[in-house]
Amino acid sequence: MPRAAVIGYCELAPSKRPEGRTPLGLIADASRRALADAGLQPADVDGIVVCPAMMQYSMLWPSVVAEHLGLAPTYLEFVDLGGATSCAMVARAASAIESGRATNVLCANGDTWDPKGMYLTPPPMVAPLRDYTLPYGAAGANADYAMAARLHMERYGTTPEQLAKIAADQRTSALENPLALFHDQPLTVEDVLASPIVCDPLHKLEIVLPCSGAEAVVLTSEERAADAPHRAVFVRGYGEALEPSPFQRDDFLVTPTVESARRAFAMAGLRPRDVTLAQIYDCYTSAVLIELEDAGFCAKGEGGAFVDSHDLTFRGDFPLNTGGGMLSFGQPGLGGGMTLVVEAVRQLMGRAEVRQVPRNDVAFVHGNGGTFTEECSLVLVGAS
Amino acid sequence: MSATGAPRPLPDLAGDGARYWQALAQGRIELPRCTACARFVFYPRPFCPACHADRLVWEEVPGAGRVYAFSVVHRATHPWFLDKTPYVYGLVELDVGVRLPTTIVGCEPSRVRIGMGVDPVFEDVGDGVTLLFFRPAAG
Repeated sequence: MPRAAVIGYCELAPSKRPEGRTPLGLIADASRRALADAGLQPADVDGIVVCPAMMQYSMLWPSVVAEHLGLAPTYLEFVDLGGATSCAMVARAASAIESGRATNVLCANGDTWDPKGMYLTPPPMVAPLRDYTLPYGAAGANADYAMAARLHMERYGTTPEQLAKIAADQRTSALENPLALFHDQPLTVEDVLASPIVCDPLHKLEIVLPCSGAEAVVLTSEERAADAPHRAVFVRGYGEALEPSPFQRDDFLVTPTVESARRAFAMAGLRPRDVTLAQIYDCYTSAVLIELEDAGFCAKGEGGAFVDSHDLTFRGDFPLNTGGGMLSFGQPGLGGGMTLVVEAVRQLMGRAEVRQVPRNDVAFVHGNGGTFTEECSLVLVGAS
Repeated sequence: MSATGAPRPLPDLAGDGARYWQALAQGRIELPRCTACARFVFYPRPFCPACHADRLVWEEVPGAGRVYAFSVVHRATHPWFLDKTPYVYGLVELDVGVRLPTTIVGCEPSRVRIGMGVDPVFEDVGDGVTLLFFRPAAG
Protein backbone atom coordinates (compact mmCIF):
# COMPACT_ATOMS: atom_id res chain seq x y z
CA MET A 1 0.00 0.00 0.00
CA PRO A 2 1.43 3.39 -1.01
CA ARG A 3 2.51 5.37 2.03
CA ALA A 4 2.64 9.09 1.40
CA ALA A 5 0.22 11.73 2.52
CA VAL A 6 -0.66 15.34 1.78
CA ILE A 7 -0.47 17.26 5.05
CA GLY A 8 -0.71 20.91 4.01
CA TYR A 9 -1.69 23.20 1.20
CA CYS A 10 -2.08 26.79 0.13
CA GLU A 11 -4.08 28.30 -2.67
CA LEU A 12 -3.74 31.96 -3.57
CA ALA A 13 -6.67 33.93 -4.89
CA PRO A 14 -6.32 34.01 -8.68
CA SER A 15 -6.45 37.20 -10.73
CA LYS A 16 -7.28 37.81 -14.37
CA ARG A 17 -4.04 39.72 -15.06
CA PRO A 18 -0.51 39.57 -13.56
CA GLU A 19 -1.04 42.69 -11.41
CA GLY A 20 2.68 43.15 -11.08
CA ARG A 21 3.35 39.63 -9.88
CA THR A 22 5.76 37.08 -11.34
CA PRO A 23 5.40 33.30 -11.49
CA LEU A 24 8.35 32.91 -9.13
CA GLY A 25 6.89 35.38 -6.65
CA LEU A 26 3.51 33.63 -6.68
CA ILE A 27 5.13 30.21 -6.26
CA ALA A 28 7.12 31.50 -3.30
CA ASP A 29 4.04 32.90 -1.57
CA ALA A 30 2.03 29.73 -2.01
CA SER A 31 4.95 27.52 -0.99
CA ARG A 32 5.78 29.38 2.23
CA ARG A 33 2.16 29.27 3.32
CA ALA A 34 1.73 25.61 2.39
CA LEU A 35 4.78 24.64 4.45
CA ALA A 36 3.45 26.63 7.40
CA ASP A 37 0.09 24.92 6.96
CA ALA A 38 1.87 21.56 7.13
CA GLY A 39 3.80 22.60 10.24
CA LEU A 40 7.16 22.32 8.48
CA GLN A 41 10.24 24.55 8.44
CA PRO A 42 12.27 25.23 5.28
CA ALA A 43 15.01 22.95 6.60
CA ASP A 44 12.53 20.06 6.75
CA VAL A 45 11.97 20.09 3.00
CA ASP A 46 14.06 17.52 1.16
CA GLY A 47 12.04 17.24 -2.02
CA ILE A 48 10.63 19.74 -4.49
CA VAL A 49 8.41 19.23 -7.54
CA VAL A 50 7.64 22.10 -9.92
CA CYS A 51 6.25 22.56 -13.42
CA PRO A 52 6.86 24.96 -16.31
CA ALA A 53 5.64 28.52 -16.09
CA MET A 54 4.22 29.71 -19.40
CA MET A 55 4.89 33.37 -18.74
CA GLN A 56 8.41 33.12 -17.36
CA TYR A 57 11.44 31.32 -18.72
CA SER A 58 11.55 28.19 -16.61
CA MET A 59 14.67 26.32 -17.62
CA LEU A 60 16.47 25.08 -14.47
CA TRP A 61 13.22 25.78 -12.65
CA PRO A 62 13.56 23.25 -9.77
CA SER A 63 16.83 24.76 -8.64
CA VAL A 64 15.69 28.34 -9.27
CA VAL A 65 12.62 27.79 -7.11
CA ALA A 66 14.61 25.94 -4.43
CA GLU A 67 17.21 28.70 -4.33
CA HIS A 68 14.56 31.39 -4.07
CA LEU A 69 12.89 29.59 -1.17
CA GLY A 70 16.15 28.72 0.59
CA LEU A 71 15.54 24.98 0.26
CA ALA A 72 18.25 22.33 -0.06
CA PRO A 73 16.36 19.29 -1.36
CA THR A 74 17.87 15.92 -2.22
CA TYR A 75 15.06 15.18 -4.67
CA LEU A 76 14.19 17.69 -7.43
CA GLU A 77 11.62 17.06 -10.11
CA PHE A 78 10.16 18.97 -13.04
CA VAL A 79 6.84 17.72 -14.41
CA ASP A 80 5.66 18.83 -17.83
CA LEU A 81 2.49 16.95 -18.80
CA GLY A 82 0.10 19.69 -19.87
CA GLY A 83 -3.17 19.48 -17.98
CA ALA A 84 -2.06 16.25 -16.33
CA THR A 85 0.84 18.09 -14.69
CA SER A 86 -0.66 18.85 -11.29
CA CYS A 87 -1.82 15.29 -10.59
CA ALA A 88 1.46 13.91 -11.89
CA MET A 89 3.40 16.23 -9.55
CA VAL A 90 1.60 14.67 -6.60
CA ALA A 91 2.16 11.19 -8.01
CA ARG A 92 5.90 11.79 -8.41
CA ALA A 93 6.16 13.25 -4.90
CA ALA A 94 4.37 10.23 -3.44
CA SER A 95 6.60 7.88 -5.40
CA ALA A 96 9.73 9.66 -4.18
CA ILE A 97 8.58 9.35 -0.57
CA GLU A 98 7.66 5.68 -0.97
CA SER A 99 11.06 4.87 -2.43
CA GLY A 100 12.88 6.69 0.36
CA ARG A 101 14.34 9.42 -1.81
CA ALA A 102 12.64 12.14 0.19
CA THR A 103 10.51 12.61 3.29
CA ASN A 104 8.93 16.05 2.99
CA VAL A 105 8.12 17.11 -0.56
CA LEU A 106 6.81 20.46 -1.74
CA CYS A 107 4.76 20.53 -4.97
CA ALA A 108 4.29 24.06 -6.26
CA ASN A 109 2.50 25.50 -9.29
CA GLY A 110 2.33 29.18 -10.12
CA ASP A 111 2.01 31.34 -13.19
CA THR A 112 0.80 34.69 -14.41
CA TRP A 113 -1.38 35.24 -17.45
CA ASP A 114 -1.20 37.85 -20.13
CA PRO A 115 -2.97 36.89 -23.36
CA LYS A 116 -0.60 39.06 -25.40
CA GLY A 117 2.30 36.95 -24.23
CA MET A 118 1.27 33.92 -26.26
CA TYR A 119 1.87 35.36 -29.72
CA LEU A 120 4.07 38.41 -29.28
CA THR A 121 6.95 36.13 -28.44
CA PRO A 122 6.50 32.81 -30.21
CA PRO A 123 7.28 30.03 -27.75
CA PRO A 124 10.23 27.89 -28.85
CA MET A 125 7.94 24.90 -28.81
CA VAL A 126 8.77 21.72 -30.70
CA ALA A 127 5.59 20.02 -31.86
CA PRO A 128 5.77 18.84 -35.48
CA LEU A 129 2.03 18.16 -35.63
CA ARG A 130 1.42 21.91 -35.48
CA ASP A 131 2.71 22.20 -39.05
CA TYR A 132 -0.31 20.13 -40.05
CA THR A 133 -2.93 21.81 -37.85
CA LEU A 134 -2.20 25.55 -37.52
CA PRO A 135 -2.40 26.30 -41.29
CA TYR A 136 -5.91 24.83 -41.28
CA GLY A 137 -7.20 27.06 -38.50
CA ALA A 138 -6.70 24.84 -35.48
CA ALA A 139 -7.98 26.98 -32.65
CA GLY A 140 -5.78 25.82 -29.82
CA ALA A 141 -7.48 23.17 -27.77
CA ASN A 142 -10.87 24.84 -28.30
CA ALA A 143 -11.59 23.21 -31.64
CA ASP A 144 -10.31 19.80 -30.55
CA TYR A 145 -12.57 19.63 -27.52
CA ALA A 146 -15.41 21.03 -29.61
CA MET A 147 -14.91 18.22 -32.13
CA ALA A 148 -15.10 15.73 -29.27
CA ALA A 149 -18.30 17.35 -28.03
CA ARG A 150 -19.87 17.28 -31.52
CA LEU A 151 -18.90 13.65 -32.02
CA HIS A 152 -20.35 12.73 -28.62
CA MET A 153 -23.62 14.50 -29.41
CA GLU A 154 -23.90 12.88 -32.81
CA ARG A 155 -23.12 9.39 -31.64
CA TYR A 156 -24.76 9.27 -28.20
CA GLY A 157 -27.44 11.94 -28.31
CA THR A 158 -25.71 14.10 -25.71
CA THR A 159 -27.32 17.55 -25.55
CA PRO A 160 -25.92 21.06 -25.19
CA GLU A 161 -28.00 21.36 -22.00
CA GLN A 162 -26.25 18.37 -20.45
CA LEU A 163 -22.83 19.85 -21.14
CA ALA A 164 -23.95 23.24 -19.87
CA LYS A 165 -25.21 21.69 -16.62
CA ILE A 166 -21.63 20.75 -15.75
CA ALA A 167 -20.61 24.42 -15.87
CA ALA A 168 -23.76 25.57 -14.06
CA ASP A 169 -23.50 23.03 -11.21
CA GLN A 170 -19.82 23.87 -10.72
CA ARG A 171 -20.71 27.55 -10.55
CA THR A 172 -23.26 26.81 -7.84
CA SER A 173 -20.40 25.40 -5.77
CA ALA A 174 -18.11 28.29 -6.71
CA LEU A 175 -20.57 30.78 -5.20
CA GLU A 176 -19.43 29.38 -1.85
CA ASN A 177 -15.72 29.59 -2.71
CA PRO A 178 -14.50 33.15 -2.14
CA LEU A 179 -11.22 32.36 -3.93
CA ALA A 180 -12.93 31.52 -7.22
CA LEU A 181 -12.68 34.19 -9.94
CA PHE A 182 -16.42 33.91 -10.58
CA HIS A 183 -17.57 33.43 -6.98
CA ASP A 184 -20.02 36.33 -7.25
CA GLN A 185 -21.68 35.50 -10.58
CA PRO A 186 -24.48 32.92 -10.49
CA LEU A 187 -24.84 30.90 -13.66
CA THR A 188 -27.70 28.84 -15.08
CA VAL A 189 -27.81 26.34 -17.92
CA GLU A 190 -29.65 29.00 -19.92
CA ASP A 191 -26.87 31.52 -19.23
CA VAL A 192 -24.25 29.09 -20.50
CA LEU A 193 -26.21 28.40 -23.67
CA ALA A 194 -26.80 32.13 -24.20
CA SER A 195 -23.07 32.87 -24.14
CA PRO A 196 -21.38 33.20 -27.55
CA ILE A 197 -20.38 30.06 -29.38
CA VAL A 198 -16.59 29.93 -29.60
CA CYS A 199 -16.13 26.62 -31.38
CA ASP A 200 -19.42 24.93 -32.14
CA PRO A 201 -20.90 23.34 -30.05
CA LEU A 202 -18.89 24.82 -27.17
CA HIS A 203 -19.95 28.15 -25.70
CA LYS A 204 -17.72 30.72 -24.08
CA LEU A 205 -18.83 29.69 -20.60
CA GLU A 206 -17.87 26.06 -21.24
CA ILE A 207 -14.23 27.01 -21.77
CA VAL A 208 -11.68 27.60 -19.05
CA LEU A 209 -10.19 31.04 -18.47
CA PRO A 210 -6.40 31.19 -18.00
CA CYS A 211 -5.41 33.43 -15.10
CA SER A 212 -2.66 34.29 -12.67
CA GLY A 213 -2.38 32.30 -9.47
CA ALA A 214 -0.54 29.65 -7.51
CA GLU A 215 -1.06 26.61 -5.36
CA ALA A 216 1.24 24.40 -3.34
CA VAL A 217 0.76 21.12 -1.52
CA VAL A 218 3.11 19.39 0.91
CA LEU A 219 3.50 15.62 1.16
CA THR A 220 5.23 13.57 3.79
CA SER A 221 5.76 9.98 4.85
CA GLU A 222 3.15 7.97 6.72
CA GLU A 223 5.22 8.19 9.92
CA ARG A 224 5.41 11.97 9.79
CA ALA A 225 1.79 12.27 8.72
CA ALA A 226 0.64 10.96 12.10
CA ASP A 227 1.88 14.19 13.71
CA ALA A 228 0.46 16.52 11.06
CA PRO A 229 -1.69 19.44 12.16
CA HIS A 230 -4.58 18.39 9.94
CA ARG A 231 -6.19 15.12 8.90
CA ALA A 232 -3.65 13.41 6.65
CA VAL A 233 -4.75 12.70 3.07
CA PHE A 234 -3.11 9.55 1.77
CA VAL A 235 -2.16 9.18 -1.87
CA ARG A 236 -3.37 5.60 -2.24
CA GLY A 237 -3.33 5.32 -5.97
CA TYR A 238 -1.93 7.02 -9.00
CA GLY A 239 -1.66 6.25 -12.67
CA GLU A 240 -0.39 7.97 -15.78
CA ALA A 241 -1.07 7.24 -19.44
CA LEU A 242 -0.27 8.86 -22.75
CA GLU A 243 -1.77 8.53 -26.21
CA PRO A 244 0.90 9.51 -28.72
CA SER A 245 -1.50 10.12 -31.58
CA PRO A 246 -4.92 11.28 -30.41
CA PHE A 247 -6.26 12.06 -33.88
CA GLN A 248 -5.41 8.58 -35.18
CA ARG A 249 -6.50 6.39 -32.28
CA ASP A 250 -9.30 3.92 -33.01
CA ASP A 251 -11.92 6.04 -31.30
CA PHE A 252 -11.32 9.73 -30.65
CA LEU A 253 -13.75 9.52 -27.70
CA VAL A 254 -11.96 6.71 -25.85
CA THR A 255 -9.01 8.29 -24.07
CA PRO A 256 -5.99 7.20 -22.02
CA THR A 257 -8.02 8.16 -18.94
CA VAL A 258 -9.24 4.54 -19.13
CA GLU A 259 -5.69 3.38 -18.38
CA SER A 260 -4.63 6.08 -15.92
CA ALA A 261 -7.78 5.63 -13.83
CA ARG A 262 -7.59 1.84 -13.99
CA ARG A 263 -4.04 2.00 -12.65
CA ALA A 264 -4.90 4.46 -9.89
CA PHE A 265 -7.91 2.48 -8.69
CA ALA A 266 -6.01 -0.83 -8.84
CA MET A 267 -3.15 0.58 -6.78
CA ALA A 268 -5.63 1.87 -4.19
CA GLY A 269 -7.66 -1.33 -4.15
CA LEU A 270 -10.77 0.77 -4.72
CA ARG A 271 -13.38 1.23 -7.43
CA PRO A 272 -15.22 4.23 -8.86
CA ARG A 273 -18.27 3.38 -6.74
CA ASP A 274 -16.15 3.90 -3.59
CA VAL A 275 -15.48 7.53 -4.52
CA THR A 276 -17.34 10.10 -2.45
CA LEU A 277 -16.13 13.21 -4.25
CA ALA A 278 -14.48 13.82 -7.61
CA GLN A 279 -12.28 16.57 -9.00
CA ILE A 280 -12.06 16.06 -12.73
CA TYR A 281 -10.08 18.21 -15.14
CA ASP A 282 -12.46 20.73 -16.66
CA CYS A 283 -10.63 22.67 -19.33
CA TYR A 284 -13.95 22.22 -21.20
CA THR A 285 -17.32 20.78 -20.27
CA SER A 286 -16.80 18.11 -22.91
CA ALA A 287 -13.57 17.06 -21.20
CA VAL A 288 -15.40 16.42 -17.93
CA LEU A 289 -18.06 14.35 -19.67
CA ILE A 290 -15.57 12.10 -21.43
CA GLU A 291 -13.28 11.74 -18.41
CA LEU A 292 -16.27 10.71 -16.23
CA GLU A 293 -16.98 7.92 -18.70
CA ASP A 294 -13.41 6.77 -19.17
CA ALA A 295 -12.62 6.85 -15.44
CA GLY A 296 -15.47 4.38 -14.97
CA PHE A 297 -18.16 6.47 -13.28
CA CYS A 298 -20.55 5.56 -16.09
CA ALA A 299 -20.43 3.67 -19.36
CA LYS A 300 -19.16 5.18 -22.62
CA GLY A 301 -21.91 7.30 -24.10
CA GLU A 302 -23.83 7.66 -20.84
CA GLY A 303 -22.06 10.79 -19.62
CA GLY A 304 -24.94 13.02 -20.61
CA ALA A 305 -27.49 10.94 -18.73
CA PHE A 306 -25.10 10.73 -15.75
CA VAL A 307 -24.82 14.51 -15.58
CA ASP A 308 -28.61 14.85 -15.88
CA SER A 309 -29.35 12.37 -13.13
CA HIS A 310 -26.93 13.71 -10.51
CA ASP A 311 -26.68 16.92 -8.55
CA LEU A 312 -23.00 17.73 -9.11
CA THR A 313 -22.80 20.54 -6.55
CA PHE A 314 -21.20 20.19 -3.12
CA ARG A 315 -24.71 19.56 -1.76
CA GLY A 316 -25.38 16.87 -4.32
CA ASP A 317 -25.22 13.10 -4.60
CA PHE A 318 -22.11 13.23 -6.82
CA PRO A 319 -20.00 16.18 -5.63
CA LEU A 320 -17.85 17.19 -8.59
CA ASN A 321 -15.32 20.02 -8.79
CA THR A 322 -16.70 21.42 -5.57
CA GLY A 323 -14.46 24.49 -5.52
CA GLY A 324 -16.01 25.52 -8.82
CA GLY A 325 -13.50 23.67 -10.93
CA MET A 326 -11.21 25.58 -13.22
CA LEU A 327 -14.27 26.73 -15.18
CA SER A 328 -15.30 28.90 -12.24
CA PHE A 329 -12.03 29.24 -10.32
CA GLY A 330 -9.76 30.04 -13.26
CA GLN A 331 -6.78 28.13 -14.63
CA PRO A 332 -3.49 29.44 -13.24
CA GLY A 333 -0.92 28.14 -15.67
CA LEU A 334 0.03 24.75 -16.95
CA GLY A 335 -0.36 23.31 -13.48
CA GLY A 336 -3.74 24.99 -13.07
CA GLY A 337 -5.31 21.64 -12.30
CA MET A 338 -3.68 21.97 -8.89
CA THR A 339 -6.82 23.81 -7.79
CA LEU A 340 -8.59 20.46 -8.20
CA VAL A 341 -5.95 18.69 -6.09
CA VAL A 342 -6.15 21.37 -3.41
CA GLU A 343 -9.96 21.20 -3.30
CA ALA A 344 -9.87 17.43 -2.91
CA VAL A 345 -7.38 17.74 -0.06
CA ARG A 346 -9.38 20.55 1.53
CA GLN A 347 -12.54 18.44 1.43
CA LEU A 348 -10.82 15.31 2.77
CA MET A 349 -9.25 17.34 5.59
CA GLY A 350 -12.70 18.69 6.44
CA ARG A 351 -11.64 22.30 5.83
CA ALA A 352 -14.03 23.25 3.03
CA GLU A 353 -16.27 25.29 5.37
CA VAL A 354 -19.64 26.15 3.81
CA ARG A 355 -19.18 23.75 0.92
CA GLN A 356 -17.86 20.83 2.99
CA VAL A 357 -19.24 17.56 1.67
CA PRO A 358 -20.42 15.19 4.41
CA ARG A 359 -18.91 12.02 2.90
CA ASN A 360 -15.25 12.99 2.63
CA ASP A 361 -13.26 9.78 2.66
CA VAL A 362 -12.30 8.92 -0.92
CA ALA A 363 -11.55 11.44 -3.66
CA PHE A 364 -10.76 10.82 -7.31
CA VAL A 365 -8.69 13.58 -8.91
CA HIS A 366 -7.88 13.66 -12.59
CA GLY A 367 -5.66 15.76 -14.84
CA ASN A 368 -5.89 15.78 -18.63
CA GLY A 369 -3.51 17.39 -21.09
CA GLY A 370 -3.35 17.94 -24.82
CA THR A 371 -6.33 16.56 -26.70
CA PHE A 372 -6.94 13.75 -24.24
CA THR A 373 -3.26 13.04 -24.73
CA GLU A 374 -1.59 13.01 -21.31
CA GLU A 375 -3.65 11.72 -18.40
CA CYS A 376 -2.94 11.32 -14.69
CA SER A 377 -5.37 10.02 -12.09
CA LEU A 378 -5.11 10.08 -8.28
CA VAL A 379 -7.07 8.27 -5.60
CA LEU A 380 -6.83 10.17 -2.32
CA VAL A 381 -8.08 8.74 0.98
CA GLY A 382 -8.51 10.60 4.26
CA ALA A 383 -6.83 9.10 7.33
CA SER A 384 -9.23 6.97 9.38
CA MET B 1 -1.76 39.31 -44.27
CA SER B 2 -5.08 39.44 -42.52
CA ALA B 3 -6.90 42.44 -41.16
CA THR B 4 -5.05 41.89 -37.92
CA GLY B 5 -1.69 42.19 -39.66
CA ALA B 6 -0.61 38.77 -38.54
CA PRO B 7 1.09 36.49 -41.06
CA ARG B 8 -0.70 33.33 -42.13
CA PRO B 9 0.63 30.31 -40.23
CA LEU B 10 2.47 28.13 -42.74
CA PRO B 11 4.28 24.80 -42.43
CA ASP B 12 8.01 24.21 -42.50
CA LEU B 13 8.56 23.02 -46.08
CA ALA B 14 12.10 21.83 -45.40
CA GLY B 15 11.44 19.47 -42.51
CA ASP B 16 10.48 15.80 -42.37
CA GLY B 17 7.33 16.63 -44.30
CA ALA B 18 9.13 18.17 -47.30
CA ARG B 19 7.95 15.50 -49.71
CA TYR B 20 4.39 15.71 -48.37
CA TRP B 21 4.21 19.41 -49.14
CA GLN B 22 5.91 18.98 -52.51
CA ALA B 23 3.33 16.36 -53.51
CA LEU B 24 0.45 18.61 -52.44
CA ALA B 25 1.89 21.34 -54.69
CA GLN B 26 1.59 18.87 -57.55
CA GLY B 27 -1.97 17.91 -56.69
CA ARG B 28 -1.22 14.57 -55.05
CA ILE B 29 -1.43 13.23 -51.52
CA GLU B 30 1.61 11.18 -50.63
CA LEU B 31 2.21 9.64 -47.22
CA PRO B 32 5.14 7.68 -45.87
CA ARG B 33 4.32 4.02 -45.37
CA CYS B 34 6.24 1.58 -43.22
CA THR B 35 7.66 -1.34 -45.18
CA ALA B 36 7.83 -3.43 -42.01
CA CYS B 37 4.31 -3.08 -40.62
CA ALA B 38 2.53 -1.49 -43.61
CA ARG B 39 1.09 1.37 -41.56
CA PHE B 40 0.82 4.84 -43.00
CA VAL B 41 2.69 7.43 -40.95
CA PHE B 42 1.10 10.77 -40.17
CA TYR B 43 2.46 13.28 -39.51
CA PRO B 44 5.47 12.37 -41.69
CA ARG B 45 8.72 11.54 -39.92
CA PRO B 46 11.71 9.43 -40.95
CA PHE B 47 10.66 6.33 -39.01
CA CYS B 48 7.50 4.46 -38.09
CA PRO B 49 6.16 5.44 -34.64
CA ALA B 50 4.36 2.10 -34.37
CA CYS B 51 7.31 -0.28 -34.91
CA HIS B 52 10.32 2.09 -35.13
CA ALA B 53 11.43 0.69 -38.47
CA ASP B 54 13.12 3.33 -40.60
CA ARG B 55 12.45 1.92 -44.05
CA LEU B 56 9.52 3.96 -45.26
CA VAL B 57 8.28 4.42 -48.79
CA TRP B 58 6.24 7.37 -49.98
CA GLU B 59 2.97 6.22 -51.46
CA GLU B 60 0.29 8.19 -53.24
CA VAL B 61 -3.09 7.71 -51.59
CA PRO B 62 -6.56 8.55 -52.92
CA GLY B 63 -7.97 11.83 -51.64
CA ALA B 64 -11.51 10.64 -51.05
CA GLY B 65 -12.56 10.53 -47.43
CA ARG B 66 -15.19 11.29 -44.84
CA VAL B 67 -15.61 13.91 -42.15
CA TYR B 68 -14.69 12.14 -38.91
CA ALA B 69 -15.17 15.11 -36.57
CA PHE B 70 -15.46 18.86 -36.95
CA SER B 71 -16.17 22.14 -35.24
CA VAL B 72 -17.43 25.38 -36.70
CA VAL B 73 -14.95 27.90 -35.35
CA HIS B 74 -16.61 31.20 -34.44
CA ARG B 75 -13.73 32.64 -32.49
CA ALA B 76 -10.27 31.79 -33.78
CA THR B 77 -7.17 31.53 -31.66
CA HIS B 78 -4.44 32.39 -34.13
CA PRO B 79 -4.57 36.08 -35.13
CA TRP B 80 -4.56 35.38 -38.89
CA PHE B 81 -7.86 33.52 -38.59
CA LEU B 82 -9.65 36.13 -36.48
CA ASP B 83 -11.41 37.65 -39.49
CA LYS B 84 -11.92 34.32 -41.30
CA THR B 85 -14.70 33.03 -39.04
CA PRO B 86 -16.91 31.13 -39.20
CA TYR B 87 -14.95 28.33 -40.77
CA VAL B 88 -14.96 24.57 -40.37
CA TYR B 89 -11.94 22.91 -38.78
CA GLY B 90 -12.08 19.16 -38.68
CA LEU B 91 -10.58 15.76 -39.15
CA VAL B 92 -11.08 13.99 -42.47
CA GLU B 93 -10.54 10.26 -42.50
CA LEU B 94 -9.10 9.18 -45.82
CA ASP B 95 -10.24 5.86 -47.22
CA VAL B 96 -6.80 4.46 -46.28
CA GLY B 97 -7.61 5.16 -42.63
CA VAL B 98 -5.41 8.16 -41.88
CA ARG B 99 -7.12 11.19 -40.30
CA LEU B 100 -5.95 14.59 -41.51
CA PRO B 101 -6.56 17.88 -39.71
CA THR B 102 -8.05 20.20 -42.31
CA THR B 103 -10.50 22.92 -43.22
CA ILE B 104 -13.79 21.99 -44.91
CA VAL B 105 -14.47 24.46 -47.72
CA GLY B 106 -16.96 24.86 -50.52
CA CYS B 107 -20.17 24.76 -48.51
CA GLU B 108 -21.99 26.59 -45.76
CA PRO B 109 -20.56 25.55 -42.38
CA SER B 110 -24.07 24.57 -41.28
CA ARG B 111 -24.18 21.90 -44.01
CA VAL B 112 -21.20 19.94 -42.75
CA ARG B 113 -22.07 16.60 -41.17
CA ILE B 114 -20.06 13.85 -39.50
CA GLY B 115 -19.66 11.01 -42.00
CA MET B 116 -20.14 13.28 -45.01
CA GLY B 117 -18.13 12.24 -48.06
CA VAL B 118 -15.46 14.76 -49.10
CA ASP B 119 -13.01 15.30 -51.93
CA PRO B 120 -9.62 17.03 -51.73
CA VAL B 121 -9.00 20.63 -52.72
CA PHE B 122 -5.37 21.53 -53.37
CA GLU B 123 -5.00 25.24 -52.78
CA ASP B 124 -1.89 27.25 -53.53
CA VAL B 125 -1.79 29.80 -50.72
CA GLY B 126 1.46 31.45 -51.81
CA ASP B 127 5.02 31.31 -50.53
CA GLY B 128 5.33 27.94 -52.29
CA VAL B 129 2.78 26.33 -49.99
CA THR B 130 -0.16 24.24 -51.12
CA LEU B 131 -2.62 23.31 -48.39
CA LEU B 132 -5.00 20.37 -48.50
CA PHE B 133 -8.60 21.37 -47.90
CA PHE B 134 -11.68 19.22 -48.47
CA ARG B 135 -15.09 19.97 -49.96
CA PRO B 136 -18.31 17.96 -50.03
CA ALA B 137 -18.06 15.09 -52.52
CA ALA B 138 -19.79 15.66 -55.85
CA GLY B 139 -23.15 14.00 -56.36
